[in-house]
Amino acid sequence: MFGLVVVPTPTWYLVLSAVLFSIGAVGVLVRRNPLVMFMCIELMLNAVNLTFVTVGRAMSDINGQAIVFFVMVVAAAEVVVGLGIIVSIMRRRSGVNVDDLTELKG
Amino acid sequence: MELFVFVCASVMVLVGALGVIVRKHPVHAALSLVLTLFGIAVLFVAQSAEFLAAVQVIVYAGAIVILFLFVIMLLGVDKAENLQIEPLTGQRWIAGVVGLGMVGLLTTAVVSGSDVLRLRGLGIASSVAGENADANIQQLANSIFSDYVFAFEVTSVLLVVAVVGTVLLARRRTGKGIA
Repeated sequence: MFGLVVVPTPTWYLVLSAVLFSIGAVGVLVRRNPLVMFMCIELMLNAVNLTFVTVGRAMSDINGQAIVFFVMVVAAAEVVVGLGIIVSIMRRRSGVNVDDLTELKG
Repeated sequence: MELFVFVCASVMVLVGALGVIVRKHPVHAALSLVLTLFGIAVLFVAQSAEFLAAVQVIVYAGAIVILFLFVIMLLGVDKAENLQIEPLTGQRWIAGVVGLGMVGLLTTAVVSGSDVLRLRGLGIASSVAGENADANIQQLANSIFSDYVFAFEVTSVLLVVAVVGTVLLARRRTGKGIA
Protein backbone atom coordinates (compact mmCIF):
# COMPACT_ATOMS: atom_id res chain seq x y z
CA MET A 1 0.00 0.00 0.00
CA PHE A 2 0.95 3.62 -0.07
CA GLY A 3 2.00 4.00 3.51
CA LEU A 4 -0.45 6.55 4.81
CA VAL A 5 -4.03 5.64 3.96
CA VAL A 6 -6.59 7.98 5.42
CA VAL A 7 -9.72 6.18 6.49
CA PRO A 8 -12.77 8.24 7.38
CA THR A 9 -13.52 7.89 11.06
CA PRO A 10 -17.04 7.95 12.51
CA THR A 11 -16.47 11.59 13.43
CA TRP A 12 -16.34 12.51 9.76
CA TYR A 13 -19.71 10.94 9.14
CA LEU A 14 -21.16 12.61 12.22
CA VAL A 15 -19.89 16.03 11.17
CA LEU A 16 -21.33 15.49 7.71
CA SER A 17 -24.71 14.65 9.17
CA ALA A 18 -24.49 17.70 11.48
CA VAL A 19 -23.94 19.90 8.42
CA LEU A 20 -26.82 18.20 6.61
CA PHE A 21 -29.12 18.70 9.59
CA SER A 22 -28.21 22.38 9.78
CA ILE A 23 -28.86 22.89 6.08
CA GLY A 24 -32.29 21.35 6.56
CA ALA A 25 -33.02 23.55 9.56
CA VAL A 26 -31.98 26.70 7.68
CA GLY A 27 -34.19 25.62 4.81
CA VAL A 28 -37.20 25.31 7.09
CA LEU A 29 -36.48 28.78 8.45
CA VAL A 30 -35.88 30.45 5.10
CA ARG A 31 -38.25 28.92 2.59
CA ARG A 32 -41.92 29.84 2.47
CA ASN A 33 -43.27 27.11 0.21
CA PRO A 34 -44.77 24.37 2.40
CA LEU A 35 -43.67 21.62 0.00
CA VAL A 36 -40.06 22.78 0.08
CA MET A 37 -40.23 23.08 3.86
CA PHE A 38 -41.37 19.47 3.92
CA MET A 39 -38.38 18.47 1.81
CA CYS A 40 -36.12 20.22 4.29
CA ILE A 41 -37.68 18.17 7.08
CA GLU A 42 -36.79 15.07 5.06
CA LEU A 43 -33.21 16.34 4.91
CA MET A 44 -33.11 16.55 8.69
CA LEU A 45 -34.58 13.06 9.06
CA ASN A 46 -31.93 11.70 6.74
CA ALA A 47 -29.19 13.39 8.74
CA VAL A 48 -30.49 11.68 11.85
CA ASN A 49 -30.61 8.33 10.04
CA LEU A 50 -27.00 8.74 8.99
CA THR A 51 -26.09 9.50 12.60
CA PHE A 52 -27.83 6.36 13.81
CA VAL A 53 -26.07 4.13 11.29
CA THR A 54 -22.70 5.69 12.04
CA VAL A 55 -23.01 5.36 15.79
CA GLY A 56 -24.34 1.83 15.44
CA ARG A 57 -21.33 0.89 13.38
CA ALA A 58 -18.90 2.61 15.73
CA MET A 59 -20.40 0.78 18.68
CA SER A 60 -20.73 -2.40 16.65
CA ASP A 61 -24.39 -2.67 17.49
CA ILE A 62 -27.11 -3.70 15.05
CA ASN A 63 -29.80 -1.78 16.95
CA GLY A 64 -28.62 1.43 15.31
CA GLN A 65 -29.79 0.03 11.99
CA ALA A 66 -33.01 -1.37 13.44
CA ILE A 67 -34.08 2.06 14.66
CA VAL A 68 -33.32 3.59 11.27
CA PHE A 69 -35.78 1.10 9.82
CA PHE A 70 -38.47 2.37 12.17
CA VAL A 71 -37.58 5.99 11.48
CA MET A 72 -38.07 5.34 7.76
CA VAL A 73 -41.50 3.82 8.35
CA VAL A 74 -42.60 6.72 10.53
CA ALA A 75 -41.19 9.21 8.01
CA ALA A 76 -43.22 7.61 5.24
CA ALA A 77 -46.41 7.87 7.32
CA GLU A 78 -45.56 11.45 8.23
CA VAL A 79 -45.05 12.45 4.61
CA VAL A 80 -48.37 10.89 3.61
CA VAL A 81 -50.32 12.73 6.30
CA GLY A 82 -48.47 16.00 5.79
CA LEU A 83 -49.00 16.02 2.05
CA GLY A 84 -52.69 15.22 2.63
CA ILE A 85 -52.96 18.26 4.88
CA ILE A 86 -51.13 20.43 2.34
CA VAL A 87 -53.41 19.25 -0.47
CA SER A 88 -56.54 19.97 1.51
CA ILE A 89 -55.28 23.44 2.51
CA MET A 90 -54.17 24.31 -1.00
CA ARG A 91 -57.47 23.31 -2.45
CA ARG A 92 -59.39 26.10 -0.76
CA ARG A 93 -56.76 28.79 -1.21
CA SER A 94 -54.46 29.31 -4.11
CA GLY A 95 -51.38 30.82 -2.51
CA VAL A 96 -48.31 28.79 -1.80
CA ASN A 97 -47.06 30.78 1.14
CA VAL A 98 -47.11 29.57 4.71
CA ASP A 99 -47.27 33.16 5.95
CA ASP A 100 -50.83 33.37 4.68
CA LEU A 101 -51.96 30.40 6.74
CA THR A 102 -52.64 32.16 9.98
CA GLU A 103 -56.20 31.05 10.53
CA LEU A 104 -55.34 29.16 13.67
CA LYS A 105 -53.60 32.16 15.18
CA GLY A 106 -55.19 33.00 18.50
CA MET B 1 -11.08 3.51 -1.12
CA GLU B 2 -13.51 4.32 1.65
CA LEU B 3 -12.11 7.85 1.66
CA PHE B 4 -12.88 8.23 -2.03
CA VAL B 5 -16.43 6.93 -1.54
CA PHE B 6 -16.93 9.20 1.44
CA VAL B 7 -15.77 12.30 -0.38
CA CYS B 8 -17.89 11.62 -3.47
CA ALA B 9 -20.99 10.80 -1.42
CA SER B 10 -20.48 13.86 0.79
CA VAL B 11 -20.32 16.10 -2.24
CA MET B 12 -23.53 14.50 -3.53
CA VAL B 13 -25.27 14.98 -0.20
CA LEU B 14 -24.21 18.58 0.34
CA VAL B 15 -24.82 19.72 -3.24
CA GLY B 16 -28.26 18.14 -3.16
CA ALA B 17 -29.12 19.65 0.22
CA LEU B 18 -28.04 23.12 -0.87
CA GLY B 19 -30.02 22.62 -4.06
CA VAL B 20 -33.15 21.90 -2.05
CA ILE B 21 -32.97 25.20 -0.22
CA VAL B 22 -31.78 27.50 -3.01
CA ARG B 23 -33.60 26.30 -6.13
CA LYS B 24 -36.56 28.47 -7.03
CA HIS B 25 -38.57 25.77 -8.72
CA PRO B 26 -40.18 23.15 -6.41
CA VAL B 27 -39.60 20.41 -8.98
CA HIS B 28 -35.90 21.21 -9.07
CA ALA B 29 -35.83 21.13 -5.29
CA ALA B 30 -37.42 17.67 -5.33
CA LEU B 31 -34.84 16.43 -7.84
CA SER B 32 -32.02 17.83 -5.70
CA LEU B 33 -33.55 15.91 -2.82
CA VAL B 34 -33.13 12.72 -4.88
CA LEU B 35 -29.42 13.48 -5.18
CA THR B 36 -29.11 13.84 -1.43
CA LEU B 37 -31.03 10.64 -0.78
CA PHE B 38 -28.81 8.67 -3.15
CA GLY B 39 -25.74 10.09 -1.43
CA ILE B 40 -27.08 8.94 1.91
CA ALA B 41 -27.69 5.48 0.43
CA VAL B 42 -24.06 5.36 -0.75
CA LEU B 43 -22.92 6.28 2.75
CA PHE B 44 -25.09 3.48 4.13
CA VAL B 45 -23.40 1.00 1.81
CA ALA B 46 -20.00 2.34 2.83
CA GLN B 47 -20.94 1.62 6.42
CA SER B 48 -22.09 -1.92 5.60
CA ALA B 49 -25.79 -1.22 6.06
CA GLU B 50 -26.78 -2.74 2.74
CA PHE B 51 -30.40 -3.45 3.56
CA LEU B 52 -31.01 0.10 4.71
CA ALA B 53 -29.40 1.45 1.57
CA ALA B 54 -31.84 -0.57 -0.54
CA VAL B 55 -34.77 0.59 1.59
CA GLN B 56 -33.52 4.16 1.33
CA VAL B 57 -33.53 4.04 -2.45
CA ILE B 58 -36.88 2.28 -2.68
CA VAL B 59 -38.81 4.16 -0.01
CA TYR B 60 -37.27 7.62 -0.08
CA ALA B 61 -36.06 8.13 -3.61
CA GLY B 62 -38.74 5.89 -5.05
CA ALA B 63 -41.88 6.54 -3.09
CA ILE B 64 -41.56 9.75 -1.13
CA VAL B 65 -40.04 11.93 -3.84
CA ILE B 66 -42.56 10.62 -6.35
CA LEU B 67 -45.28 11.55 -3.88
CA PHE B 68 -43.82 15.04 -3.63
CA LEU B 69 -43.75 15.37 -7.41
CA PHE B 70 -47.32 14.10 -7.63
CA VAL B 71 -48.52 16.71 -5.17
CA ILE B 72 -46.60 19.47 -6.96
CA MET B 73 -48.22 18.50 -10.24
CA LEU B 74 -51.64 17.99 -8.66
CA LEU B 75 -51.70 21.39 -7.04
CA GLY B 76 -50.23 23.10 -10.07
CA VAL B 77 -47.62 24.95 -8.07
CA ASP B 78 -44.84 23.96 -10.46
CA LYS B 79 -43.75 27.48 -11.23
CA ALA B 80 -40.73 29.31 -10.04
CA GLU B 81 -41.19 31.51 -7.03
CA ASN B 82 -39.50 34.79 -6.52
CA LEU B 83 -36.85 34.31 -3.89
CA GLN B 84 -35.62 37.88 -4.07
CA ILE B 85 -38.29 39.34 -1.85
CA GLU B 86 -37.78 38.66 1.80
CA PRO B 87 -41.01 38.33 3.74
CA LEU B 88 -39.46 39.34 7.03
CA THR B 89 -36.63 41.81 6.98
CA GLY B 90 -33.35 40.36 8.11
CA GLN B 91 -34.74 36.89 8.48
CA ARG B 92 -32.25 35.28 6.11
CA TRP B 93 -29.27 36.73 7.93
CA ILE B 94 -30.60 35.52 11.24
CA ALA B 95 -31.35 32.09 9.76
CA GLY B 96 -27.81 31.91 8.37
CA VAL B 97 -26.34 32.83 11.73
CA VAL B 98 -28.54 30.23 13.40
CA GLY B 99 -27.43 27.62 10.88
CA LEU B 100 -23.75 28.38 11.33
CA GLY B 101 -24.18 28.31 15.08
CA MET B 102 -25.93 24.96 14.83
CA VAL B 103 -23.10 23.54 12.74
CA GLY B 104 -20.59 24.83 15.25
CA LEU B 105 -22.41 23.48 18.26
CA LEU B 106 -23.11 20.08 16.75
CA THR B 107 -19.55 19.71 15.49
CA THR B 108 -18.19 20.63 18.89
CA ALA B 109 -20.50 18.14 20.54
CA VAL B 110 -19.55 15.37 18.10
CA VAL B 111 -15.82 15.96 18.39
CA SER B 112 -15.79 16.27 22.15
CA GLY B 113 -18.07 13.28 22.60
CA SER B 114 -16.29 10.96 20.20
CA ASP B 115 -14.59 9.00 22.97
CA VAL B 116 -17.98 7.71 24.04
CA LEU B 117 -18.11 5.69 20.83
CA ARG B 118 -16.54 2.45 21.90
CA LEU B 119 -17.45 -1.07 21.04
CA ARG B 120 -20.11 -2.37 23.29
CA GLY B 121 -22.56 -4.18 21.05
CA LEU B 122 -22.61 -7.74 19.92
CA GLY B 123 -20.94 -6.97 16.64
CA ILE B 124 -22.28 -6.29 13.19
CA ALA B 125 -22.12 -9.09 10.69
CA SER B 126 -20.74 -7.73 7.46
CA SER B 127 -22.07 -8.97 4.19
CA VAL B 128 -19.16 -10.38 2.23
CA ALA B 129 -19.82 -11.42 -1.31
CA GLY B 130 -19.41 -15.13 -1.71
CA GLU B 131 -19.47 -16.63 1.75
CA ASN B 132 -22.37 -14.95 3.52
CA ALA B 133 -23.84 -12.36 1.24
CA ASP B 134 -26.92 -11.57 3.30
CA ALA B 135 -25.47 -11.49 6.78
CA ASN B 136 -26.60 -7.91 7.29
CA ILE B 137 -30.20 -8.71 6.41
CA GLN B 138 -30.23 -11.79 8.65
CA GLN B 139 -28.88 -9.90 11.63
CA LEU B 140 -31.24 -6.98 11.12
CA ALA B 141 -34.18 -9.34 10.79
CA ASN B 142 -33.18 -11.11 13.98
CA SER B 143 -33.16 -7.78 15.76
CA ILE B 144 -36.43 -6.47 14.36
CA PHE B 145 -38.46 -9.65 14.55
CA SER B 146 -37.32 -10.73 17.99
CA ASP B 147 -36.34 -7.72 20.08
CA TYR B 148 -38.60 -5.17 18.48
CA VAL B 149 -41.46 -7.28 17.21
CA PHE B 150 -44.01 -5.31 19.22
CA ALA B 151 -42.77 -2.00 17.79
CA PHE B 152 -42.88 -3.59 14.35
CA GLU B 153 -46.53 -4.50 14.78
CA VAL B 154 -47.32 -1.01 16.07
CA THR B 155 -45.81 0.49 12.92
CA SER B 156 -48.28 -1.50 10.85
CA VAL B 157 -51.11 0.05 12.86
CA LEU B 158 -49.50 3.44 12.30
CA LEU B 159 -49.42 2.93 8.55
CA VAL B 160 -53.10 1.94 8.47
CA VAL B 161 -54.02 5.01 10.53
CA ALA B 162 -51.97 7.23 8.22
CA VAL B 163 -53.62 5.87 5.10
CA VAL B 164 -57.14 6.21 6.48
CA GLY B 165 -56.42 9.68 7.81
CA THR B 166 -55.03 10.83 4.49
CA VAL B 167 -58.03 9.54 2.60
CA LEU B 168 -60.28 11.44 4.98
CA LEU B 169 -58.18 14.60 4.75
CA ALA B 170 -57.65 14.78 1.03
CA ARG B 171 -60.97 13.73 -0.32
CA ARG B 172 -63.34 16.31 -1.67
CA ARG B 173 -66.31 16.95 0.53
CA THR B 174 -69.39 16.36 -1.56
CA GLY B 175 -72.93 16.36 -0.35
CA LYS B 176 -74.01 17.36 3.10
CA GLY B 177 -74.12 15.36 6.25
CA ILE B 178 -71.01 13.40 5.45
CA ALA B 179 -68.35 14.88 7.65
